[in-house]
Amino acid sequence: MSADELIWRIAGGSGDGIASTSQNFAKALMRSGLHVFTHRHYPSRIRGGHTYVEVRASADPVKSRGDGYNFLLALGDSFARNPQEEAYYGNEEAKPLAENLDELREGGVIVYDSGLLDPSEVPNFDERVEENNWHVYDIDLRSLAREQGREVMRNTAGVGVTCAITGIPLEAIEELMRDAMPEKILEPNVEIMETAYDLVHEEYDVDAPDVSVPTGDHDEDQLLMSGSDAIAYGAIDEGCRFIAGYPMTPWTEVFTIMSQNLPELGGISEQVEDEIAAAALAIGASHMGVKAMSGSSGGGFALMGEPLGLAEMTETPLVLIEAMRAGPSTGMPTKPEQADLEHVLYTSQGDSQRVVLAPGTVAEAYEASRRAFQLAYEYQIPTMIIYDQKLSGELTNVPASHFDREPNGDIGMTLTEEELADQPHTADGKFHRFQHDGEDGVSPRSVPGQKGGRFLATGNEHNPAGHIEEDPDNRVAQMNRRQRKLDAIRADLDDDGLLIEYGPEDAEYGILTFGSQQGTVEEAVDRLNENGTSVKALTVAELAPYPVETVRAFLDSVEEALVVEMNASAQFRGLTQKELGTHGELLSSLLKYNGNPFEPAEIVEGFTTKIVDDGELPGNETKFVPAAGD
Amino acid sequence: MSAFSAIGEEREVDRNEYTPEIEPQPTWCPGCGDFGVLKSLKGALPEVGRTPEETLLVTGIGCSGKLNSYLDSYGFHTIHGRSLPVARAAKLANPDVEVIAAGGDGDGYGIGGNHFMHTARENHDMTYIVFNNEIFGLTKGQTSPTSPKGHKSKTQPHGSAKTPIRPLSLSLTSGASFVARTAAVNPNQAQRILKEAMEHDGFAHIDFLTQCPTWNKDAKQYVPYTDINESEDYDFDPTNRAEAQELMRETEDKLYEGEVLTGVYYRDEERPSYQEEKQQIGEMPDEPLAERYFDDDYEWERSYDRFIDNHK
Ligand SMILES: Cc1ncc(C[n+]2csc(CCOP(=O)(O)OP(=O)(O)O)c2C)c(N)n1
Ligand code: SF4
Repeated sequence: MSADELIWRIAGGSGDGIASTSQNFAKALMRSGLHVFTHRHYPSRIRGGHTYVEVRASADPVKSRGDGYNFLLALGDSFARNPQEEAYYGNEEAKPLAENLDELREGGVIVYDSGLLDPSEVPNFDERVEENNWHVYDIDLRSLAREQGREVMRNTAGVGVTCAITGIPLEAIEELMRDAMPEKILEPNVEIMETAYDLVHEEYDVDAPDVSVPTGDHDEDQLLMSGSDAIAYGAIDEGCRFIAGYPMTPWTEVFTIMSQNLPELGGISEQVEDEIAAAALAIGASHMGVKAMSGSSGGGFALMGEPLGLAEMTETPLVLIEAMRAGPSTGMPTKPEQADLEHVLYTSQGDSQRVVLAPGTVAEAYEASRRAFQLAYEYQIPTMIIYDQKLSGELTNVPASHFDREPNGDIGMTLTEEELADQPHTADGKFHRFQHDGEDGVSPRSVPGQKGGRFLATGNEHNPAGHIEEDPDNRVAQMNRRQRKLDAIRADLDDDGLLIEYGPEDAEYGILTFGSQQGTVEEAVDRLNENGTSVKALTVAELAPYPVETVRAFLDSVEEALVVEMNASAQFRGLTQKELGTHGELLSSLLKYNGNPFEPAEIVEGFTTKIVDDGELPGNETKFVPAAGD
Repeated sequence: MSAFSAIGEEREVDRNEYTPEIEPQPTWCPGCGDFGVLKSLKGALPEVGRTPEETLLVTGIGCSGKLNSYLDSYGFHTIHGRSLPVARAAKLANPDVEVIAAGGDGDGYGIGGNHFMHTARENHDMTYIVFNNEIFGLTKGQTSPTSPKGHKSKTQPHGSAKTPIRPLSLSLTSGASFVARTAAVNPNQAQRILKEAMEHDGFAHIDFLTQCPTWNKDAKQYVPYTDINESEDYDFDPTNRAEAQELMRETEDKLYEGEVLTGVYYRDEERPSYQEEKQQIGEMPDEPLAERYFDDDYEWERSYDRFIDNHK
């Protein structure tokens, strides 16, 4: 596939419009019929510093960022020139060019802004260009933009240059700019782009593009979405109209999308004093019969542990989002990691009753979000979605029909006043909110303001009427009932297709993964099979209750399996072994925790070295943890 | 039948309706000030015309947090210090329900101090009762944020080096639009103040002086005390912020020594409640959000119809 794909990297300083430009570019490619996938890399810094976004486009579906890239658009970091910052950061002017060369493929294209970047500051630039057969275009994007509008429009000039070199028609981009930009800045932007486009045509021979640009044709309308978009839209479609939160990267993305939309939908969004309050508010709203959510990332989620336990004990439906980033503590705020798995599974006091879903793709993020609300309200149980900074920010195309679904405002087993008046849930003339019967453990609830339904919800152990009660028999009956929900949910989830098997069914080897590594693993599986290694993969998108039977069947069908995850302590593998109680000797781990997600080639290499050749990896980018009997 | 027919129901409510008919009976110690709060609350609710079923009492953890085991209404006994955020959201979700939050001084001024400040700042329309017994009761007598300086306890054997918190001043400066202090030993005044607080449209904070004869024997039982609104010595206008502030400063200095002043210190009828403010800027629905989930005819909007164009 790699011959027929464009992986375009736009690099510069944070705040230089890299994100919006790349988003437009990706959308234009998607509209032209291509499958796209973006990858975002940025420092925890608001302005300046090295940042890039990759847009990968191919006629075939793309599931990951791919390996390396073949087109670099290096804009100058305008903030690197700030004399005050120089004192702190040194001279970073060459970074957008210098920092990106290692991964540029042979024969690739470099466009750099000669108005801001000086290649003589890049070590061995000319030698490397020659060695790798790179095609270099030095264009003074800065002056061009400055002359016709404003200097910040350099990125638009860069897109014009890209189109000229690759043969992508300008109209597609212009159309998007018209949608996205206010009139005032539209005209100069269009002009700048066209001038840049013409300039390349005048000064270079670009009839035969240096990188091949695929053409594609979707058979259905496509939408460009991020994982955060998908989670927010899933929540809205499930009738969630209350969100409370406190900003923390990358959870902020879902929080922002919801806050921008809920008021218009007649809902309520609250930015509150801290994450304990945020989760408590969601519980308060849900107690009143409203579909509510909250969420955070690592440290913020840590604060939610106690309210989470309250939701479990009071059986208040609650949806919490955990957008993972690299830890411990504040870790690496803008870098992905999958190391909060145990945190989400086990945080809070007591024997837990909770559901944890882990979508692997943007499409599944929408699914998981809808499912999280359904399960939370149907079973009166807190349900969490964990995903990570990678899935949160990456954009990819998904068929529009995937989102074209019926909304759902159902809040589960909540009695009407008529039903409350019927008194099947009543004893001693009181509504019994927490009855012991009910096969699936769920007992119907009422909400404040309803006649005949008054009850006490308490985080202390309580009797069926809701009153604090420490009688041993009552304790056991209540605990058993709450635990019963998990079996019912497990059975429900098994029918949900939240376990994604990929590759030849009778494969010799397996790869087990969860969350955002799904697409990358699947690409690796394709390549391994093309190279003659027979491998299949299983992505587990429901982590609690754990789908023991399905995973066991998968592992029983292979000789050996590699568990791929982004953390240093093999948390997902640990969970799998704990839940299965066996198979430890079959499982080894491939781990990565340097802040960057896996690339398919790393998984191919890791798999081949370890499982096929029984060797050791040379680099320190990824790490093996051998199987228990190794 | 409407989904919430208990709300706004016009009928005589007897205070005994708030008494749970079944176990448990209060587990508070004999002589505990918490009985006084319970008594005056049971008196005030019917006076405001609120039925048990349109009332939600949200409590924290502590002896005080057990209030809703003994007051039969809709109740939510939450976690230590977190009654306010739960209560706030409950009120936002269904503003027609009477929402009362309650907890102890450890609960409200200690662990929940941050929420206290912010709820006052936002002026949520609710009543907040803090049982101020100057001690941690349920965990057996540790120093609390309102314990006097020098107070000795098992966890502060050399006497506390901390100056006690000033709850009245704190809520006034934070933005509460109704600030009062009352005492369990004066149920009549307490009942009156509770009624005014519930009728007030905004955040009504009541520092409710209670006694803990079990762990805080040294503390004054808050007598004698003076009602500032009734005493001629204090020709006092509770709508005057400056006067309120001045008097709070004085009384909070004197609380642990001389005369104890109680009454409504501050009342601002002008300031809109948080719900009103939010409504004005278009961030809060006109109809209670909760009702929508019981309305079978409500048409839920789909994200597809609204946002999808942005992604094409
Ligand atoms: C997070 C947390 N920390 C500590 C406790 C233990 N605890 C229960 S009640 C209480 C103190 C209560 O004191 P106060 O709020 O003054 O109420 P009182 O018992 O005096 O009515 C504490 C510390 C707890 N339940 N939760
Ligand atoms: S310990 Fe103190 S506050 Fe608690 S019930 Fe006994 S007297 Fe009341």
